[in-house]
Amino acid sequence: MIRIENIYKSFNGFEVLKGISFQVEKGEILALIGGSGNGKSVILKHIVGLMKPDQGHVFIDGKNIGHLKGNDLEEIRGRIGFLFQNGALFTSFTVYDNVAFPLREKTKSSEKEIRERVLKELDQVGLAGAENKYPAELSGGMIKRTAFARALVIKPEVMLFDEPTTGLDPIIAHTILDLIKSLHEHLGFTAIIVSHELSRVFQIAHRVAMLHEGRIWTVGTPEEILSSKDPVVRQFISGVTGGSLKLY
Amino acid sequence: MIWISKLGEITLSLLNRIGRMGLFLAKAFLCAITPPLKFSWIIKQIWFIGFQSTLVIFLTGAFSGMVLGLQGFHTLNRFGSTALLGPMVALSLIKELGPVLSALMVTGRAGSAMTAEIGIMRTTEQIDAMELMGLNPFRYLIVPKLIAGIIALPLLTAIFDVVGIFGGYFVGGKLLGVGEGTYFGEMANYVRIEDVLEGIYKSLSFGVIITWVCCYKGYSAGFGAEGVSKATTQAVVLSSVLVLFWDYIMTSLLF
Repeated sequence: MIRIENIYKSFNGFEVLKGISFQVEKGEILALIGGSGNGKSVILKHIVGLMKPDQGHVFIDGKNIGHLKGNDLEEIRGRIGFLFQNGALFTSFTVYDNVAFPLREKTKSSEKEIRERVLKELDQVGLAGAENKYPAELSGGMIKRTAFARALVIKPEVMLFDEPTTGLDPIIAHTILDLIKSLHEHLGFTAIIVSHELSRVFQIAHRVAMLHEGRIWTVGTPEEILSSKDPVVRQFISGVTGGSLKLY
Repeated sequence: MIWISKLGEITLSLLNRIGRMGLFLAKAFLCAITPPLKFSWIIKQIWFIGFQSTLVIFLTGAFSGMVLGLQGFHTLNRFGSTALLGPMVALSLIKELGPVLSALMVTGRAGSAMTAEIGIMRTTEQIDAMELMGLNPFRYLIVPKLIAGIIALPLLTAIFDVVGIFGGYFVGGKLLGVGEGTYFGEMANYVRIEDVLEGIYKSLSFGVIITWVCCYKGYSAGFGAEGVSKATTQAVVLSSVLVLFWDYIMTSLLF
């Protein structure tokens, strides 16, 4: 479903991605792990065409994202939900209006139908009753869940999660990851999760790809990664300092 | 030779920025003339840029007119021409001060807010989120402001002119003794429709300049709070300078 071929990307002369290639099958959850500043979020932004690679290609269902424009790009993006690191909620809208926005603008649904859909999604992410709140009144976990509801309301085939648990306490972080797992089982979307919440992510991902030094260092099932003898992988999983992993 | 290379570098960077700004404006106009237009967003912006600026425009217009009335009376008195105070105040306001001061006030009040709003949306990825929904951010964020600027500026300028003319009359007529009939009668004799049109054309173009510069600066704001504050300062300075520059160009070439 998603195929990334040999992507290179530099920022101000600093090469972040040095030939990234991997693919994600339909219905699969891939966890993308690696040190901070290694370009995990950059990869997600390449998948949706918010960034263009210096070299290489991204394909979704065989369509090269870099070559799509106008309606074709909109059509592909309409099938992808993206959960930003900070939620990226519209701060001047209420929770309800945030979730309703894509429906109002992209569909011909009546306000009654929109209301039903929005309330259903908010209920699904555990935010029933919070529809009249503004983002400034929400906790970190509620912001992520609102953003999740907004992404889900378009019924995406692909969900991209950019650090969905960053900045949350362990209980809320686990709640969010459990929510991703249960909604994946229910809706069957394809997903890529960038997260540092390794123990929980390893429980919900089908495969794990580790990014290191601008390359995919290793890919495998969570069991394979956990039993890896590679010193870099071992150091990252155990969180020990002073090894071959560079910190940014 | 190093300074030549530096000069070339600066020139290229300047041209690059002008090119980007030009493309930004072209894209905004293209979206403005092709459906769908977001009317509720446009109305909201007319409210924000136009209606919410009326108090500051009213006050600025009143005091500008009063100062013109005072200065004009004493200057004309030297030549025994105080009867021409009305046309002097009206022409100064309608052709120059009304459009320019209204534009500068709107830049300070609404332009800076526009840059900050769009800049924050940029840095908090709200604009990216909109794009990922398959929506064109220009239609929601830029076009409504551009159209609202084009509609609001001439109206605010008209308010500024009228209030200024009455401010001038209050000082020149009520306090310094120029007759009401003389003040308004001579004004009607000397002010032509071309003068009024000149002011309208100027305010229309200022509406474009302010929204263009302020939206562009917000849209291309750098990272974090510092990036937004820098963009806001640049937007206010650049649009103020461009308003004055464009005012001179229009006055000298077109009229």
